[in-house]
Amino acid sequence: MKLIFEISVKGRRAFDLEESKVPSYTLKQTRNDYAELPEVAEIDVVRHFTEMSRNSYGVDNGFYPLGSCTMKYNPKVNEVIAALDGFNNVHPTQCCKEVGGTTEVTETLIEKLCVLSGMDSMTLQPAAGAHGEFTGIALIKAYHQDHGDTIRTKIIIPDSAHGTNPASANMNGFEVVTCPSDSEGGVDIEELKKLVGKDTAGLMLTNPNTLGLYDKNILKITEIVHNAGGLCYYDGANFNAIMGICRPGDMGFDVVHLNLHKTMSTPHGGGGPGSGPVGCKAFLASYLPVPVYGPKPSDYDQNKSIGKVRANIGNFPVYLKAFAYIETLGGDGLREASQLAVLNANYMLAKLKKEFTVAYDKICMHEFVLSLSDIKEKTGASALDVAKALIDNGIHPPTMYFPLIVHEALMFEPTETESIETLDHACEVMFKIKKQAEQNGEALHNCPVTTIVGRADEVNAARNPILKYEH
Amino acid sequence: MSKYTPHTEQDVKTMLNTVGVSSLDGLYKDVPREIFQKELKLPKGKSQYAVEKQMRVLAGKNKTYGSVLRGGGIYDHIIPAAVNALTGRAEFVTAYTPYQAEISQGVLQGIFEYQSLMCALTQMDISNASMYDGAQAAAEAIVMCCERKNKALVLGQVNPQYMAVMRTYCNSHNISIDSISAKDGLVDINTLADSIDADTACVVAQCPNYFGLIEDMKAIADIAHVKNVKFIYIFNPVAAALLPTPGECGVDVAVGEGQPLGLPMAYGGATVGILTCNKALLRRMPGRVVGQTTDHNGRRVFVLTMQAREQHIRREKALSSICSNQALNALTTTVYLSLVGKVGFVEVARQCVDKAHYLANELVKAGAKLKYKTEFFHEFVVEGDGEKWNKILAEQDILGGMPAPDGTLWCVTEKADKETLDKVVIAYKEARSI
Repeated sequence: MKLIFEISVKGRRAFDLEESKVPSYTLKQTRNDYAELPEVAEIDVVRHFTEMSRNSYGVDNGFYPLGSCTMKYNPKVNEVIAALDGFNNVHPTQCCKEVGGTTEVTETLIEKLCVLSGMDSMTLQPAAGAHGEFTGIALIKAYHQDHGDTIRTKIIIPDSAHGTNPASANMNGFEVVTCPSDSEGGVDIEELKKLVGKDTAGLMLTNPNTLGLYDKNILKITEIVHNAGGLCYYDGANFNAIMGICRPGDMGFDVVHLNLHKTMSTPHGGGGPGSGPVGCKAFLASYLPVPVYGPKPSDYDQNKSIGKVRANIGNFPVYLKAFAYIETLGGDGLREASQLAVLNANYMLAKLKKEFTVAYDKICMHEFVLSLSDIKEKTGASALDVAKALIDNGIHPPTMYFPLIVHEALMFEPTETESIETLDHACEVMFKIKKQAEQNGEALHNCPVTTIVGRADEVNAARNPILKYEH
Repeated sequence: MSKYTPHTEQDVKTMLNTVGVSSLDGLYKDVPREIFQKELKLPKGKSQYAVEKQMRVLAGKNKTYGSVLRGGGIYDHIIPAAVNALTGRAEFVTAYTPYQAEISQGVLQGIFEYQSLMCALTQMDISNASMYDGAQAAAEAIVMCCERKNKALVLGQVNPQYMAVMRTYCNSHNISIDSISAKDGLVDINTLADSIDADTACVVAQCPNYFGLIEDMKAIADIAHVKNVKFIYIFNPVAAALLPTPGECGVDVAVGEGQPLGLPMAYGGATVGILTCNKALLRRMPGRVVGQTTDHNGRRVFVLTMQAREQHIRREKALSSICSNQALNALTTTVYLSLVGKVGFVEVARQCVDKAHYLANELVKAGAKLKYKTEFFHEFVVEGDGEKWNKILAEQDILGGMPAPDGTLWCVTEKADKETLDKVVIAYKEARSI
């Protein structure tokens, strides 16, 4: 389809203002030309973006088992709530008496998320998971600095971690030490013991981990780090597996970020906005970003705060959706949501493992990882080829080639909002694709064939970057 | 109550049977017993209708105004109806990051058009796919610019919230950050060169600055480049319709808050950080970027590209950990700019300027004093406490200026009509006579 600039015709417009009725004022400094924005009629804009939406794929279009991303159904009522005028038509400098609703939502959401995560205090400022990591690690840095413990320069991160973890540690000036996984996919305890020491600032961990496995040694892991004087950071990317089952705070974590755009059903919008609240134990509360909301805001010594991590309050419309979700499901509903997410993953895994190799064959949590190494060797069809073949069958591919420690990895996260029929169908499709690969592996290199474009020349995209429309 | 899960009791039984586990809790064998919870201590769930009603009550506890004459980083502009009709389409709303290009061409093209529009506004070479907000974009711009040198210098009257965020990021990255206060409201160009030392990597300035004044960004850029430091321009996208562009001024990075382009005020919560830069900085630019290429049939395809900079490839060597951004809000600015169009956008900016100057002039005629004498865009500071004045206005459904040092900071956009502005002047006189 054409770009909006390519349908522009000089003189067309889709917008009118009332006459201003005040004298015009001429600025002394001005730009040389008008910005090259399109000139189009309203119907052109509407058809253009409608066609673009049809060239997109969301949870509402079909099954989206993208591992690590928790693509559950995004309730419509939450969108209605987030669009209410009372929440949207307020300026951030209005005095607190005039924004009682906004404050109440913020404070109550913090309270509920603290109950869920086992934390004492929380900031909602971070706009995304990685932003939460940056903030949480900054808390750990501030704590050590405040205690004059400046030799703690290292953050330990398992080799199965998301790339955001080491990047967020590096952003805070820490050196990253990688901890290997053991034969069951968990943290290698003996290696961890060797890695910790006086220079350990902390550990970053997600549990269940990126293999979809719950680390049964979790209490031992956090104890080892604490005994060495380090703090423990919980990456909440996989929190959807354990709501109401166990809490990061009880596992021994000191700092937690949650991904409201995953666990709390808020939509991902093609890449954002998300929301990555950071919770902490009471002894870290004085380092939280300002302003602090919550049950006892006056308790905080604001001088120790790490400062602000973004302007204003954070992605407020996302909080509204998360809040509405928590209110709708309630304690019992949230717990059941996690249980059914884990059930769905295990059901799919139980079926798929008859034909595919599982990276770690045991009861999984909300997601699991297949390794297609054997299929690639036998048929020539890679994990990428299978993923693209899924597209031709109307299914969004799982996460590919992650975690890095599994070869030809496909990571499936069905979420709790999918039915048994959907899961059965997806398994049948996987079996069919495997058969196709065995008959003619090469043929899968051409997938997808049902889409408006085929596989992109990504090497060319990176070598000869075209990053904007040239007039 | 509403759980959004399709499972019947029979489904659960069938599935547990397939898995070979006798109960749902049986799936959690690896969770240590001492931390296993049998229930979640939150109130019971409610129906969708009950929750909607509850949230309407909460929304009603906020006071909204018919006219908003405040800015300071978040602005009240007209949002055409078609904006939300289009950005609310479920295929956009419920999609993830477009990792699978073949079924995500719409989302990817939207980002490509966003990048193109941001470059058109700023006349910079490249734009990323968005940052969290303007303040965080400014903070990460400093990190981009600190390659061999490690100090940032913030000039004049920059939004204090941006300053706070820049400080946080600089502390984390072990970058030192200094600020030089304004002279008569503006960056002191005469002493600027002397303030830049051998460690300075970049200077940062905002235009229009926090109090609405228009800075001579070209002059600052010239000094920065003579002293061989990078220059970060914090811009307002609506002002960019009229003012000399960052590109024309020759800056290295231009960042801004995209909220004025079709997003509601939402208590400052519906934002998108714009980050544009010149070509030389492409490999140090944080965040996602979409590029144009072709498929095997020569068809145009948009893809996420230049990913070797990003955290999922570079891990601890990445300059930024940003992953999720503000994509849907970036799409909103794209739809907004498409609707408002080349001429309409300039008209919006001109009405902001005209109406702001009308109000300022009328207030001066009524005896008010403007704190600064130099040219402003659509915000200005009126000397004195505005409390009584605002109280009178609040009764007329008008949100007056916000408190600023020694005065009140006012903002007028295209949304305000002459009658409203005249009421502000009358209220000023009334407040003075009390």
